[in-house]
Amino acid sequence: MADVHAEAAAPRTTGRGETLRPPVTQVGLLAWLRQNLFSSPFNTILTLFCLWLLYQTVPPLVQWAILDANFVGDSREDCVSGGACWVFIKARFGQFMYGFYPLSERWRINTAFVILILGLIPLFLPRVRHKIAIAAALLIVYPVIAYYLFYGGAFGLRVVETSLWGGLFLTLVIAGVGIVASLPLGILFALGRRSDMPIVRAVCITFIEVMRGVPLITILFMASVMLPLFLPEGVNFDKLLRALVGVALFSAAYMAEVVRGGLQAIPKGQYEAAQALGLSFWKMMGLIVLPQALKIVIPGIVNTLIGLFKDTTLVLIIGLFDLLGIVQAALTDASWIGFATEGYVFAALGFWVFCFGMSRYSMHVERKLHTGHKR
Amino acid sequence: MTFPGGARLVQISMKLDLAPPKGDAGEFGNVERMALKREQLGATPAKPAPWNDPRVRAVAYQILTLAAVVLFFAYITHNTLANLERQGIASGFGFLDKAAGFAIPQTLIDYSEQSPNARVFWIGLLNTLLIAGIGIALATVLGFSIGLARLSSNWLVARLATVYIETIRNVPLLLQILFWYFAVLQALPHPRESMAFGDLFYLNNRGFYTPKPVFEDGAGWVALALLVAIGAAIGVARWARRRQEATGEPFHTVYAVLGLLIGLPLLAFLATGMPISFEHPEMGRFKLDGGLVLLPELVALAMALSTYTAAFIAETVRAGILSVGHGQIEAAHALGLKHGQTLRLVVIPQALRVIIPPLTSQYLNLTKNSSLAVAIGYPDFVNVFTGIVLNQTGQAVEVIAITMAVYLTLSLLTSAFMNWYNQRMALVER
Repeated sequence: MADVHAEAAAPRTTGRGETLRPPVTQVGLLAWLRQNLFSSPFNTILTLFCLWLLYQTVPPLVQWAILDANFVGDSREDCVSGGACWVFIKARFGQFMYGFYPLSERWRINTAFVILILGLIPLFLPRVRHKIAIAAALLIVYPVIAYYLFYGGAFGLRVVETSLWGGLFLTLVIAGVGIVASLPLGILFALGRRSDMPIVRAVCITFIEVMRGVPLITILFMASVMLPLFLPEGVNFDKLLRALVGVALFSAAYMAEVVRGGLQAIPKGQYEAAQALGLSFWKMMGLIVLPQALKIVIPGIVNTLIGLFKDTTLVLIIGLFDLLGIVQAALTDASWIGFATEGYVFAALGFWVFCFGMSRYSMHVERKLHTGHKR
Repeated sequence: MTFPGGARLVQISMKLDLAPPKGDAGEFGNVERMALKREQLGATPAKPAPWNDPRVRAVAYQILTLAAVVLFFAYITHNTLANLERQGIASGFGFLDKAAGFAIPQTLIDYSEQSPNARVFWIGLLNTLLIAGIGIALATVLGFSIGLARLSSNWLVARLATVYIETIRNVPLLLQILFWYFAVLQALPHPRESMAFGDLFYLNNRGFYTPKPVFEDGAGWVALALLVAIGAAIGVARWARRRQEATGEPFHTVYAVLGLLIGLPLLAFLATGMPISFEHPEMGRFKLDGGLVLLPELVALAMALSTYTAAFIAETVRAGILSVGHGQIEAAHALGLKHGQTLRLVVIPQALRVIIPPLTSQYLNLTKNSSLAVAIGYPDFVNVFTGIVLNQTGQAVEVIAITMAVYLTLSLLTSAFMNWYNQRMALVER
């Protein structure tokens, strides 16, 4: 590598017409090291400290997670080498994915997710037309299909109570419902907060500030304890539905603030021009203002969605078994006690993949939609 | 395409229709045509139909909203009252005076099982504030270090900081709390084999043991001296600043302040006969005796909250420092300021303007997130009050209302501070 750089660098000439190579310390790997790792005594100390830190953490970690780990077997007796016991994850994998969903019915979840992915693919391909129609179908038709596939009760499908739902499946259901519900609700609340009508504005501000001011756990407590009190006698709300209502309202408030930021960033001229064209309020918002406003706040929206995805873990406190909840439950199983680290590492990896993926995708979208507002 | 706002447009166009200049016969035909146009549009174009009038609509919408909200609340109040009556649950705040009847593992003020529920409220609140205080202090230090590390010219340091931030930010906080509590702290040795740090600090699976300060008579004087020293330090700093602004003469503020803060309390401490001593934890037969014990729940929560929030603070700090234009630094160098002075006098004051508002909201987030304590059993406000007291009394409405009021107060205080700070710090432009 050093040689390549040395040749690429412009040669110097001496008076006698020979060319001299630049000094070794100015080009190539050595120069890079000097510039980036050892530029000053303080930097050298920092570098050495970091190397020591890496030496202290990475080899033992690799040793534990891969070299000494146990991958084969089906009970804790197979975990003898002292490294990570991935056998535990393997044995419980089905549960971590589907919860207590009956084994014979799991194909229903798989089918629903395959349909979702098949529906999403055309949205990401640049050449496909009628994207709005596909998206609308996904938003309106798909939830109905998914509901009947997941819950059953029609078309000869057995009913699977929501108390049996769990694992990554439940996490995705809560996150999905939260995302689909919170965006339109959030837009409505944001518009309400910017409205000229004092009563509408007051209602929206109160809702947003109360939701944002309290921790999600209180909202979930409220949803699980108070919602049954609010309903007339005999009407019973499913526990999952209560959690969904709580999560959706909570993230709607955060979404509203993000959207409001976008609305405020649109210059007044855009509103006035739309009004001068004679557009009604909803046409002005739908055709002129919101498309621009939402584009500006994509990073904020995705941040809220990542937050929402992470917050779904809180449902374990009110007794639902999402991915983390089911891992936590599996850890207390007497036949697998002592493998907490493996369980948490697996769950963390699961959440990390989704959250990191979302943040990268938002960066990509931001670049793609970037139409020169920024310099 | 139809324009629902068409009536309004016509109104506007009528206003713009200027009358033709008088005595200009040539324009007569034009006027006639205009009259015709007006006739077609209706002779009195001023008022739109009531259902198209924006003002009427606004009032109608608001009445509808108000009615919907009022009806909604009336409906749920009615149902709630009926349900409570059927379940035989009392209402009102009388439960606050009843004995709590359960033990709390960490109480900063006196408490026994006979204490009223109102006492539980204060204990929970103090425990929440304690964990928030510890978490904020640790997260700030860690977050600023990592934020600066991410901007470091040292490639390795910057990369490590990035990896830290991207890992921690994308994993749920609750998972991290459970990890610290069940995977790290439970794996610590038993009290007999405690990890010792120089005979002063011990760490085992029962918690973190530190020396406990013991205050005797006269300790109040030391505290008073500390307060006086803080007051004097602020005074000196102000005076030095005013003098420098007036005359340009700098003053050794740092040394003077340090001297005051350390010297005065030390003097008082010696003068009153050393009234503060430390009780060290001693290894007993089965466990450690004495000293101050931090619950393992507290340690796990503090670790998780501070490492998690630090990742967010780091990004805030990075954004703040990057927001200071490069020209500012070059200008400072051109004025002859040294590197440290540039940082202290030019970069940091401008960066703080950007950093502080999001930083405050991170602090608030940390405080709210401390309610996740309920998952590992640290006796914070949500755990002891919203959890146990609610379960024992069944008075969900009152308890949840109080809980919300507490957190709303905290968040309103925070936003009040932010508004005050923003006003103070706002750029004064010409």
